[in-house]
Amino acid sequence: MYQTTYHRPSSLSEATSLLASASEAKLLAGGQTLIPTMKQRLAAPSNLIDLGRLDELKGITVSGGTVTIGAGTTHYAVSTSADVKSAIPALAKLASGIGDPHVRYAGTIGGSVANDDPAADYPSAVLGLGATVVTNKREIAADDFFLGMFTTALEEDEIIVKFVFPVPTKAAYAKFANPASRYAMAGVFVAVTSGGVRVAVTGAGSNGVFRWADAERALAANFSASALDGLTVDSSELLSDIHGDAAYRANLVKVMGKRAVTAAG
Amino acid sequence: MGVEGIGARVTRKEDKRFITGKGRYTDDIALKDMTQAVFVRSPHAHAKILSIDVSKAKAAPGVVDVLTGADLAGDKIGGLICGWMIHSKDGTPMKAGAHPAIAFDKVRHVGDQVAVVIAETKNQARDAAELVEVEYEVLPAIIDLAGATAPGAPQVHAEAPNNLIYDWEIGDKAATDAALASAARIVTMDIVNNRLSPNPMEPRSAIGSYDEAEEHFTLYNTTQNPHVARLVLSAFVGIAPEHKLRVVAPDVGGGFGAKIFIYPEETVALWASKRIGGRPVKWTADRTEAFLTDCHGRDHVTHAEMGFDANNKIVGFRVHTIANLGAYMSTFSSSVPTYLYATLLSGQYDIPAIHANVEAVYTNTVPVDAYRGAGRPEATYLLERMMETAARELGEDPVELRRKNFITSFPHQTPVIMCYDAGDYEAHMSKALEASDYAGFAARKAESAARGKLRGIGLSCYIEACGIAPSQAVGSLGAGVGLWESAEVRVNPVGSIEILTGSHSHGQGHETTFAQLVNERLGVGINNIQIVHGDTDKVQFGMGTYGSRSGAVGMSAIVKALDKVEAKAKKIAAHLMEASEADIVIENGELKVAGTDKKLPFFQVALAAYTAHNLPAGMEPGLKEGAFYDPSNFTFPSGTYVCEVEVDPETGKVEIMQFVAADDFGNIINPMIVEGQVHGGLAQGIGQALLEGVSYDTESGQLLTGSYMDYTMPRADDVPSFNVMHTKTVCPGNPLGMKGCGEAGAIGSPPAVINAITNAIGVRDISMPATPAKVWAAIHGNA
Repeated sequence: MYQTTYHRPSSLSEATSLLASASEAKLLAGGQTLIPTMKQRLAAPSNLIDLGRLDELKGITVSGGTVTIGAGTTHYAVSTSADVKSAIPALAKLASGIGDPHVRYAGTIGGSVANDDPAADYPSAVLGLGATVVTNKREIAADDFFLGMFTTALEEDEIIVKFVFPVPTKAAYAKFANPASRYAMAGVFVAVTSGGVRVAVTGAGSNGVFRWADAERALAANFSASALDGLTVDSSELLSDIHGDAAYRANLVKVMGKRAVTAAG
Repeated sequence: MGVEGIGARVTRKEDKRFITGKGRYTDDIALKDMTQAVFVRSPHAHAKILSIDVSKAKAAPGVVDVLTGADLAGDKIGGLICGWMIHSKDGTPMKAGAHPAIAFDKVRHVGDQVAVVIAETKNQARDAAELVEVEYEVLPAIIDLAGATAPGAPQVHAEAPNNLIYDWEIGDKAATDAALASAARIVTMDIVNNRLSPNPMEPRSAIGSYDEAEEHFTLYNTTQNPHVARLVLSAFVGIAPEHKLRVVAPDVGGGFGAKIFIYPEETVALWASKRIGGRPVKWTADRTEAFLTDCHGRDHVTHAEMGFDANNKIVGFRVHTIANLGAYMSTFSSSVPTYLYATLLSGQYDIPAIHANVEAVYTNTVPVDAYRGAGRPEATYLLERMMETAARELGEDPVELRRKNFITSFPHQTPVIMCYDAGDYEAHMSKALEASDYAGFAARKAESAARGKLRGIGLSCYIEACGIAPSQAVGSLGAGVGLWESAEVRVNPVGSIEILTGSHSHGQGHETTFAQLVNERLGVGINNIQIVHGDTDKVQFGMGTYGSRSGAVGMSAIVKALDKVEAKAKKIAAHLMEASEADIVIENGELKVAGTDKKLPFFQVALAAYTAHNLPAGMEPGLKEGAFYDPSNFTFPSGTYVCEVEVDPETGKVEIMQFVAADDFGNIINPMIVEGQVHGGLAQGIGQALLEGVSYDTESGQLLTGSYMDYTMPRADDVPSFNVMHTKTVCPGNPLGMKGCGEAGAIGSPPAVINAITNAIGVRDISMPATPAKVWAAIHGNA
């Protein structure tokens, strides 16, 4: 690890001003990706701003048909929250399958979504449920948030504060894990929302998480696994690596899509 | 069987320190004024070194020195060696290129070391390493072994034209050709044995420490064989004469073969300590370095033909293998695809004619050497895939085809050197078939099909050769060392005992099992017995632990030393009790006069030996004996493994539904430890079959599986709960009747898994690792 200056602000406003003033700063929001990357000397922020002690970023509340989750909430807290389990069980289940217990106790939803790893689980839930990303500056709709691999609409001085998830009629997430990393090779989040059926795919797309429009149309007409039978997933926009080529991932998207629909009931 | 003797399930004495975090590994050692070394490593697979500028690095904070290959050559430090001479079939010796501890003219694989930075702290050394400026002329690289000998392929070493190290053969070519020409049916297969990274939990580490006043070196090192390390570093690398070099292997956290070899970093740590005036130099690999520099295993491609007569009896087996040895010939690399591989090609079968031709090649990849099983997994995989495929194509049940060809009388001389001493292959096959309810498979397959899953079952009947001895035999085959083992039994005046052994434990549980042997013989409680190993200053010369040899060879040496101790103790006891020596028996820690109530506790006899107030006339005081043991033959563990899988045709994911292992290890000292060895071996074998595979970019030579993000290590949920059992034929070749159990699981399991998968999905072959993507492609005809 290179030399870095560690900051631990005690309020969101302090974090915001640190982020604005410190050069080459990175936000630390659990550190389950950033810290290993820094240890390998692949990332070298001069300043590290730890959001771990900000109470304003923590907590889960349910009201008026939405579930609001603070950006600093750990995967473990989401996966074990009675409120989340009751309102959006698919979200709790997704959180319970991220990484391993060590990662789930330390990693946070805000850290995961801001990092926007193309194989991370959470982006599919944020996009699939049509959540709103609330930052220290504005509100961003999920459809406008994810701009490609490791690329989001967040600006340099922007910090995610919370996520507002509309409670769906039903939803489910199915993922096929990479045998080595256990990240998603294809993770499909299916939700029936007030705005219609949404299907978000992570792990497979070469531009990160994406909505699978064909599946959404097919499921809107007939919400059953068999509705996806006739679809083909265009593999030209999918990832290819030593664990599976694009054709395999295209197959996984469809299979996981069907399994998510079946699980949603 | 006593509660702590042979056959008892004693919990491991060493585990208290391991599971409470009190183990003492090389990296835990902090010597006074110790410095930290970080290597500058090549980012290229193949390149000329045009220049190295260390000036900026030398000026960096905390830097003590920066050394290069030119410095090493200037100090006349020798290169590393391959200690097993193989001759090609034309009689010429193998063509080994130089292996300098720091490259100075060319780099030959990504990760090859070009300089070392020594600094006060590791972070300072890392920072400075980034300031070393190396100018390379990048050369085309040869990565894939299949093209290594092709005309025009990039040349790794000038000494080995066409990258061919040797072109070796074994067996009777004319007889094999004739047998195949007369065969009623020939089954042909092309088999790839995938390249593996060993991944011991503890990465490699070395501390070199030079004492200027004494002109004496000490090396603390993660090694499986400290004496062999000292011998090579002294006699070949030229660090110091043996009496001026102490090698200590403290607790070592797993080896699997990767810590047998003498690596460049050990030479550099010792030499650098002298260069900087005697301050100790520590180097510890991080996980990335482990992937880039620990010797890999396997990596064969083979074309094989097996001939059968009209009754499906094997008449001949012809094998052509290309083995990748990587960029340099590691310590024992030459022996692995030759005498540790082709000598096992007869398996459990009576095969009248075998011929194997093995070409070993250089490539611009990490060196390849012995990894758990070393040659025997490659032989077993080839043979058992062949038997399974032959059974399918001959229309015979795989069990019956094997049974029909089993060797049933012993000793049995194979056409490929080995003489099997004992075995009962039908016994473990029957046991495994019964335990796995082989007969009930069809019903289970139907039940899986009803759930949309494809179920398959596969067998593997393996044999291996353990001990890597006798010395005269391995010497005649080219080994540079003898492969006996040594022991010393030191009885203290109070009756407690120290066993000094040349074997080395890095997870095997010697501190427990060796003590159980002593308990069995002398009745001393295992907590009054200390096993001393891993330090050339404490222990007499010994050969170390690999090749499943510590039981059959290492413990046999202890038996011989115990025989001498026992004989002397009986003489003393007879003298003290005024009895005939022939009437003394040792029972439950007491020396008794048979048929009387006269007895002496063992500790009193020990005390008498050391007080020496009343010993038989002419007897030397003390009770301490040593022995060297050289066995008369290899030992031949064997077994039958049954694997049953269920495949999800939608995703290609394979789930192992049951795994039955029936092994014949001869006599067993501690069944719990043996089962643990089998469990670990099975996990590694299943890892090879389903998960693990080193992958390089074949153009650039970059390692694509350089971390656990991409290299799939088996995890607990990847393997089933194993059903492990034993049959027994006693090994006639050593006093304890033991075979070896350390590698069996890794040797026998890969073909069982692949046989089950190909059975489930109805394809002839699928290459390892059978990842979900590959299995899915095979099912859907895209393989």
